Amino acid sequence: MKRKTFLKSLVGAAAIAAVGLPALAEDTIKIGEINHYKRLAAFAGPYKLGIEMALEEVNAAGGVMGKPLEFIFRDDQGKPGEAVKIAEELMTREGAVMLTGTILSNVGLAISSLAAEKKYVYLASEPLADAITWSKGNDYTFRLRSSTYMQAAMLAEEAAKTDATRYATIAPNYAYGKDAVAAFKKALTKLKPEVEFVAEQWPALFKIDAGAEAQAIERAKPDAIYNVTFGGDLAKFVREGGTRGLFEGRNVYGLLSGEPEYMDPLGDEAPEGWIVTGYPWSEITEGSGRVFVDAYMAKYDDHPRIGSLVGYMTVQSIVAVLEKAGSTDSEAIRAAFADLPVSTPVGDIKFRSQDHQATMGAYVGTIALKDGKGTLENWVYKDGADYTLPDEEVMQLRGSGN
Amino acid sequence: MGLFIAQILTGLANASALFMVASGLSLIFGVTRIVNFAHGSFYMLGAYVGYSFMQVLPGGFGFWASILLAGLVVGIIGIIVEMLVLRPVYKAPELFQLVATFGVILVIQDLTLLVWGADDFLGPRAPGLKGIIRIMGEPVPKYDLALIALTPFVAFALWWLITKTRTGILVRAATQDREMVGALGVNQAWLFTGVFFLGCALAGLGGAVQLPKGGADLLMDFNILSAIFVVVVIGGMGSLPGAYVAAVLISVLNVFGVNYLPQSTLALMFVVMVVVLIFRPFGLFGREEVAGEHGQVGEPERPIKPAGQTARMIVVVGLVLLGLLPLVGDSFILVLITDIAIFCLFAASLHFLLGLGGLVSFGHAAYFGGGAYAAALLVTYAGTPMELALILAPLAAGLTAIIFGWVCLRLTGVYFAMLTLAFAQLLWSLVFQWGDFTGGDDGLVDIWPSEWASGTTTFYYLALVLCIGGIILLRHTAHSPFGYALRGARDSARQAEATGINTKHVQWVAFGFAGAMAGIAGGLFVFSKGSIFPNELEIARSFDALIVVFLGGVKTLAGGVVGGAALEGAKDYITRFEYWRLLLGLLIIFVVILAPDGIAGTLRKWAERIGFIKREDQA
Repeated sequence: MKRKTFLKSLVGAAAIAAVGLPALAEDTIKIGEINHYKRLAAFAGPYKLGIEMALEEVNAAGGVMGKPLEFIFRDDQGKPGEAVKIAEELMTREGAVMLTGTILSNVGLAISSLAAEKKYVYLASEPLADAITWSKGNDYTFRLRSSTYMQAAMLAEEAAKTDATRYATIAPNYAYGKDAVAAFKKALTKLKPEVEFVAEQWPALFKIDAGAEAQAIERAKPDAIYNVTFGGDLAKFVREGGTRGLFEGRNVYGLLSGEPEYMDPLGDEAPEGWIVTGYPWSEITEGSGRVFVDAYMAKYDDHPRIGSLVGYMTVQSIVAVLEKAGSTDSEAIRAAFADLPVSTPVGDIKFRSQDHQATMGAYVGTIALKDGKGTLENWVYKDGADYTLPDEEVMQLRGSGN
Repeated sequence: MGLFIAQILTGLANASALFMVASGLSLIFGVTRIVNFAHGSFYMLGAYVGYSFMQVLPGGFGFWASILLAGLVVGIIGIIVEMLVLRPVYKAPELFQLVATFGVILVIQDLTLLVWGADDFLGPRAPGLKGIIRIMGEPVPKYDLALIALTPFVAFALWWLITKTRTGILVRAATQDREMVGALGVNQAWLFTGVFFLGCALAGLGGAVQLPKGGADLLMDFNILSAIFVVVVIGGMGSLPGAYVAAVLISVLNVFGVNYLPQSTLALMFVVMVVVLIFRPFGLFGREEVAGEHGQVGEPERPIKPAGQTARMIVVVGLVLLGLLPLVGDSFILVLITDIAIFCLFAASLHFLLGLGGLVSFGHAAYFGGGAYAAALLVTYAGTPMELALILAPLAAGLTAIIFGWVCLRLTGVYFAMLTLAFAQLLWSLVFQWGDFTGGDDGLVDIWPSEWASGTTTFYYLALVLCIGGIILLRHTAHSPFGYALRGARDSARQAEATGINTKHVQWVAFGFAGAMAGIAGGLFVFSKGSIFPNELEIARSFDALIVVFLGGVKTLAGGVVGGAALEGAKDYITRFEYWRLLLGLLIIFVVILAPDGIAGTLRKWAERIGFIKREDQA
């Protein structure tokens, strides 16, 4: 008798395992996440951790529309063509309801074009190019992170407050660098027409000859410098420029230079006094921003990077849009993005219906050293909504792209 | 004047690490004839290993000891790689080893990520050399001066080793004629291993010595690769003084480029290389490649013949299956097969040049990407319909190939290969830099097929017809009189000339034809993806094709197609794993060792052994 019961329960368990589990697995809402996990491991890694933390929280609270939310992570090797192929697979075979991801702008643009053609919804989480929501914007693409223009305009506002009129720029020689310089010039000239740009340096991305760049900028004798280099290029530029005294007595404005991804590797050589956009995670002492930092540090025993924050907010945005749409249908999700409010660690943001750009802003502050590490002081969070182009200009840009 | 001197000094300091890495590459090539793509990886390892030593060894002594230890450790890693990966394939067809080194790159990338993590490291400053010295009022970092002083010592030590010691004599002898050295009783295997150790140690040293000027990151390997190849080629493959002069030339010119022509940073190096090679086809200090190889390496190539009955049956069955696929497969499998078919045509066009023409092009992406950009630009600016764009794409790519080929075909061997690479890079930098017209690296988007072909299934059939048609045309050409002439020019240019074949002309036409075929693949690619970006013109793209041609089998007609299908298929599966680069690298190395004749060649041999198909000479 006992044996029989045992056998019965075994058969029963097997049946549940055979029938129940796949049924459970099918009953999740899947999101296709495409990124350059290997090519840009230092950036995509923390981003993924942020996503996973948010997923855990969302699913512990019952998921979305009563179903667990699941992300399918895929590596595109940093190649746009590969990303397009993977996007097709995620949407047609894996049953993803929408796409998200990418850091590199060109990959983001490739997926965005596919999204418009095949009517897939794509939330561009991290790529910065203005084109994604402006000149190449389309009905199916939305962007979370503040664009190049928005961040450059925030720095230009700071720059306009000083007496400096002679500016030198240094930016990696590719689309992001060019956009960032053009945006800074445009915003600064609008605020202060008398500025002149006396040197423009364009090192090849990740192949900077920092000594020569420092000499070239010094030769132009600028009052202030605008830096767009990042990663290894930034480290080299900071060291060569610092050694040669390039930054002495000059204001330096650094786009993204204050983000932990870029500032942490500099250690105690973080360039004090630079005015930058970044993420002062250690200085945020209250509110939902602190809750996020604490939860992240408790979970991973490491501090969040800006990527972690964006990853976390990506999940929050997706949850919000799905709840509002009440459906996983592409058209419903797309419609629900219009003026979608999301409350996040940086505060309440909104996906603008004009250009599908979220109003996520950026932290702007001055680099200071604290316990041998770079951090931001006198920082403020600037709302992205205040640093975009006027609506007419945006409409004109979007019109020309389609 | 002060600034001028300071600029020269900056250039000289930059030349230091570049020289060390490049001289190692040059040495390895000179003796073993291996084009070591993994050399950048050894440079990266040098930086990471040196960084780790510097964390534990204190002070000035520790700093310099760390640099030496980094060189030593990386040299030992080089020995391991040489013995495990390269020794088994020395007898394989020329340049086959570069596929193995490509596998090594992937393995080292993932292992480095595993060991050191994803974060960049900023190199420690050299103790005692942190400040600057003012020379005529201009600041010059002390460490720069140390590097400038150090490099001649390294160069001198190398020179002494090569010219004054017995080992050096053997190395030089092997550079000239390694078979003769072997015949005289020198153990070649250990000579090769020794040279590989030295070359890798130099790369490691270069990686460690640049730490105070930069650091260690995971992108270093590819970032330095093109620069060291350029230096080695400008200096002359195998020449140490050449490598030094070229490293200084490139570095100093680069400093002036940065100062007076800031936009030049992408193209300058390649412009210099093209100019040097046009006037000195073997580099500044290189010599014409002497007839070191007595005939071909490995077993002699068999004459080609049309496919046998069995092979034709297999192909027909395969084609029918592909034709019926949309009835059973889901839409993603069609997307995947479309991708693979396009890549196979691209690979087959390179195989035509490489296998039949013996023309090793390192820059074939120029014609693939060229065709793609031609189509994309036509659609974007002229509103050209897809059908016309697909016809014009191969024309544009073919024309590009004819122009580039006209210059490149003046050279032979590795110099030819490097010149094709330089032209591909120039085209890339043109597209990259000319953002107003080409979209720069934001590319051109929204280029989708015409209405009738926009469905996945229809486009699948379109791609299949064009790709298979192109592949069959390439194969048919191989059997035509033109194909015979091309092989004649490859096997013995002199005899071919004597029979009245204008070998240069034949090769030139073949170059244009292969370019046009790659252009068809590029045109299809852009319509299948809806967008195009400069990375389709990059070195990495050229290498993709190169790898699959070798992997498939250079000496078989089907090599390009078989390799392309196998690798693209494998990649689609493997990239789903977290450490896919490690897996893919190991897989490539595994195939290289197991199948030194390439996949198609080795399969054929096995099939013959078990009697599935007959050997031609028995037939």
